[in-house]
Amino acid sequence: MQQIISFLYKNKLFILFLLLEVFAVIFTIQSHSFHKSKFVNSANFLSGGIYNKINNFKEFLLLKKENERLNEENVYLKNLLSLEEKDIVQHDMTVIDTLNFKQKYQYTGAKVINNNFRKNNNYLTINKGANHGLESDLGVINSKGIVGITKSVSANYATVLSILNVNSRINAKLLNSDHYGSLSWDNNDYNVVQLLDLPIQAAIYKGDTVVTGGKSTIFPEGIPIGTIKEFKTLNNNYEYIDILLFNDMSSIGYVQVIKNFDKIEIINLEEKSTNE
Amino acid sequence: MNRENINSTLLFIGLILLQIIVLNNINFLGYINPYFYIFFIFLYPIRKDDVSILILSFLLGLFIDIFSDSGGINAAATLFIAFIRIPVLQSVIGKREIEYGAMTIFKLPFPKMFLYVLVLTFIHHFIVFGMEYFKWSKFGIILINTFLTSIFTIILTLISFTFVMRKR
Repeated sequence: MQQIISFLYKNKLFILFLLLEVFAVIFTIQSHSFHKSKFVNSANFLSGGIYNKINNFKEFLLLKKENERLNEENVYLKNLLSLEEKDIVQHDMTVIDTLNFKQKYQYTGAKVINNNFRKNNNYLTINKGANHGLESDLGVINSKGIVGITKSVSANYATVLSILNVNSRINAKLLNSDHYGSLSWDNNDYNVVQLLDLPIQAAIYKGDTVVTGGKSTIFPEGIPIGTIKEFKTLNNNYEYIDILLFNDMSSIGYVQVIKNFDKIEIINLEEKSTNE
Repeated sequence: MNRENINSTLLFIGLILLQIIVLNNINFLGYINPYFYIFFIFLYPIRKDDVSILILSFLLGLFIDIFSDSGGINAAATLFIAFIRIPVLQSVIGKREIEYGAMTIFKLPFPKMFLYVLVLTFIHHFIVFGMEYFKWSKFGIILINTFLTSIFTIILTLISFTFVMRKR
């Protein structure tokens, strides 16, 4: 016993070093698996608070750009409204029955307070959290297209797994047909992502628009992603399809977080049918 | 708390803030951000059998990780160079005995000091990029990133050294 203690004491530096190094490696591995990084992430009180402060300064510089983007979105929404009016006039009566009313998606506005786009695994931090009804695995978009999926959530902040993350897989489809593929990133260019597993039957051309598919419970169908920039076929398969994003991922200001109220129902149903 | 401890604490907090507010957003040539926060390890007093440097360097790296969502990559790398800094110093000087307490790296001649900074910076950056990509197929990219970022970090470190030396 005496010997063990004296051995430990003699090598205390090395043992402490090993112990801490193991901790660091565990944190690193945890951060790669999707839901486990509870401790080391920028959604916590301290880092979220500091990023919030920094962002308050930065925001001033981007006001003009943000206003232009809002105006663009307003124009788009007003155009949509003017389309609706025709339909409304055609109806003879309006029935307001709250029992029939069913909301499928809820949108929560949030502000990006930290944005990474230069690394291998990029995350954003937003200033809404569990107190505002957010949870993990919710879709995040802005007016131009998709941004990512929420990962860790604290009381007032959340981290978002950016589409510019080598671990991110998002269901996507072509606008003009119903062929599905999954979206990933090869970490070369922050404006370009890749569409994988698209069947060869889908005829694609440069400039085709890619939108989110309705297959996942995270994003509603038809959220814009980008246009096809380049592709190559090999052995009757698409070797790669590069997609130019609509969004400038280096400058993301305000975003909307989408909560799908039917998610639990869909997941339960799917589990039930696989178990049978 | 004596003067040395207060200085170290201020440096610790100051370097974290500098790294996350300014240096992580530089993106020189598109993607190069210096990891200047390891300056703490160069400046921290050299003592024999010092446990505090290990714990502090681990925490320093962990704070950077928390702010940049990188798991424990910076913590692992910073801890590693804190652990090997005395053996590296010994081999740079060329003798095993170091006068602990009186020893600062400013007393070294410039080539030896430069070599010491170079070796530690390069190892640190290599671990950071190696763990971030973690693929043999990306080995070239890891080396290029390590090399370019090291240059940037070392330039910043040497500039800061001249300021610190002038003050003393």
